[in-house]
Amino acid sequence: MAMKLHEYQAKQVFADAGIPTPASELASDVDGAVAAAEEIGYPVAIKAQVQVGGRGKAGGIKLVEDTDEAREAADEILGMDLKGYHVDRVLVEEAVDFTDELYVGITMDRGEGKPVAMVSTKGGVNIEEVAEEDPDAIAREHIDPSFGMHPYQARKAVYDAGVDQAVARDVSNVLMTLYDLWESRDGSDAEINPLMVTSDDEVIAADAVMNIDEDALFRQPELAEMEEEAAGGDELEQKADEYDFDYVRLEGNTGIIGNGAGLVMTTLDLVDHYGGEPANFLDVGGGAKADRIANALDMVFSDDNVDSVVFNIFGGITRGDEVARGINEALEQFDEIPKPVVVRLAGTNWEEGMEILNEDLVTVEQTLEEAVQRAVEYAEEVNE
Amino acid sequence: MSVLVDDDTRVVVQGITGGEGKFHAKQMMEYGTNVVAGAVPGKGGQEVEGVPVYDTVHEAVEAENADTSVIFVPPAFAGDAIFESLDADLDLAVAITEGIPTQDMARVNKRLSETDTRLIGPNCPGLITPGEAKLGILPGNIFAEGNVGLVSRSGTLTYQVVDNLTNRGIGQTTAIGIGGDPIIGTNFIDALELFENDDETDAIVMCGEIGGEDEEEAAAYIDENVDTPVAGFIAGRTAPPGKRMGHAGAIVSGSGTGTAESKISALNDAGVPVGDTPEEVADHIEEFLN
Repeated sequence: MAMKLHEYQAKQVFADAGIPTPASELASDVDGAVAAAEEIGYPVAIKAQVQVGGRGKAGGIKLVEDTDEAREAADEILGMDLKGYHVDRVLVEEAVDFTDELYVGITMDRGEGKPVAMVSTKGGVNIEEVAEEDPDAIAREHIDPSFGMHPYQARKAVYDAGVDQAVARDVSNVLMTLYDLWESRDGSDAEINPLMVTSDDEVIAADAVMNIDEDALFRQPELAEMEEEAAGGDELEQKADEYDFDYVRLEGNTGIIGNGAGLVMTTLDLVDHYGGEPANFLDVGGGAKADRIANALDMVFSDDNVDSVVFNIFGGITRGDEVARGINEALEQFDEIPKPVVVRLAGTNWEEGMEILNEDLVTVEQTLEEAVQRAVEYAEEVNE
Repeated sequence: MSVLVDDDTRVVVQGITGGEGKFHAKQMMEYGTNVVAGAVPGKGGQEVEGVPVYDTVHEAVEAENADTSVIFVPPAFAGDAIFESLDADLDLAVAITEGIPTQDMARVNKRLSETDTRLIGPNCPGLITPGEAKLGILPGNIFAEGNVGLVSRSGTLTYQVVDNLTNRGIGQTTAIGIGGDPIIGTNFIDALELFENDDETDAIVMCGEIGGEDEEEAAAYIDENVDTPVAGFIAGRTAPPGKRMGHAGAIVSGSGTGTAESKISALNDAGVPVGDTPEEVADHIEEFLN
């Protein structure tokens, strides 16, 4: 999983490495934003700092020419709800007068198992759309991770993309720096879109994307600190973070808890197959003990959309007796069980688990298919 | 016959003095696996469950003729542990560890292309030849000896499908969990090739999931090269784009690649039936065998 830096954080990382970025300042209230705009000098862009794509189209980026416009735009953007994310900070940034917009990026090509550098003269738009509609417009260069990017590879990608001769050297340098950052900071993606070209042939990073491999945060303490700041998402997802669960909230009303990503996904698919709608993906991981199991139930009960829960555990390193204890512990604290729970236990110590499980509190089924069907029925009954 | 592991396999467990390593070394031995050594830096000379521990994998190979390693080393050090096993010229390395930084695996991947060692995983349950030996954390009691080969990206889904098979009296030659990470050592095509060349494997189950294009590539390979009947399962049909479903590799990208539909239709085009439920996968295998 990747940890996403905010634009202002990524720009700071890029600027510290020597990539040219526009003058900018972060603000969290209207007066601060106006003061920043005055200091930088008009025109400036006022940009919502939230982790969603398409901010411009959604009204989260505004170009302003004077104090009144700056005040109006900052007032509008600060506090707005942008695709479900509350905007509490804006980046006030020097507006760059450009003649061209380029794209440069580094990512991991999982098919090849190698990093790949990408350059395109079609910057400023969604690069995934360019990749689909006009794949030849993106020059790609695979990199041997044991050597890193050779300078000739950066030049090759830049020339293959058809970048203008006047800025080719500067763009190559930006690409080299971007790769070094990607590698040294354990990036999963590092991207500048657009990399603007000005009328006097200077290049400048007008946006910045830097996603970090979460599995590598242990050796990136500086970036790990930024994660606190970057944290967002809805209440349930934050709760899942606290409990350290792999959790994805969905639209339906059948809650799902299981162990192992593939099996939990399969349980979701079966809910759908039997006519229900999954409310979430929740993987308790391997070897979960009783308290973790209880937390998982708490998590799913906290979702108001949930009308029934299917608990499917196939124990390898997870033990049925621990699971049963956790379920009892979570449910015995209620006078009335908030939502019906269907349990299916298989694998390691499932017989011990069945002996421990308080069957007055849950419905037990023997197979995955039966458990899912029963939970879907319960969810339907609630809505009749 | 079986593939990759049998009762002659001589195993060194990297990380045998840790909680997981110790527990599973014992479980492997109880199942019948020939665990001949452990390797943990600084712990040379000790014994764990009666198994001698060496400081390096090279020593374990020299002293005990180990030919296979199973890796239970924490993620920060697991990339290095895999390099060590590759450098010791083993036949097979099985990396159980979850959460290895992707860039470490990119470097391992490059080194792999220069050696003869096969890597299974990382972030996988390992592999098992029922009745002979297991390498990893799979619960031995759900497997049965038989003639179906199984390859899967997910651990517990493997157990589920195996359970559906075993309950009908259908056993397995070897079951391989290849792991759910974006960069893995052995992929579907490698495993399919092994099963195709194994005389005792009469049918193959392939369990994939959303993300990447390995299933599509495997489908093309099956179409051209595999005569053994294959039945498939794909997890993640209901996964929304852009959300990672647990495994680092299980994500439908914004541009729509890696979807369940694309994988299912590629497999169907290659003549591979894909079950809507694990039970239906067992139905297909039963038909193949009758």
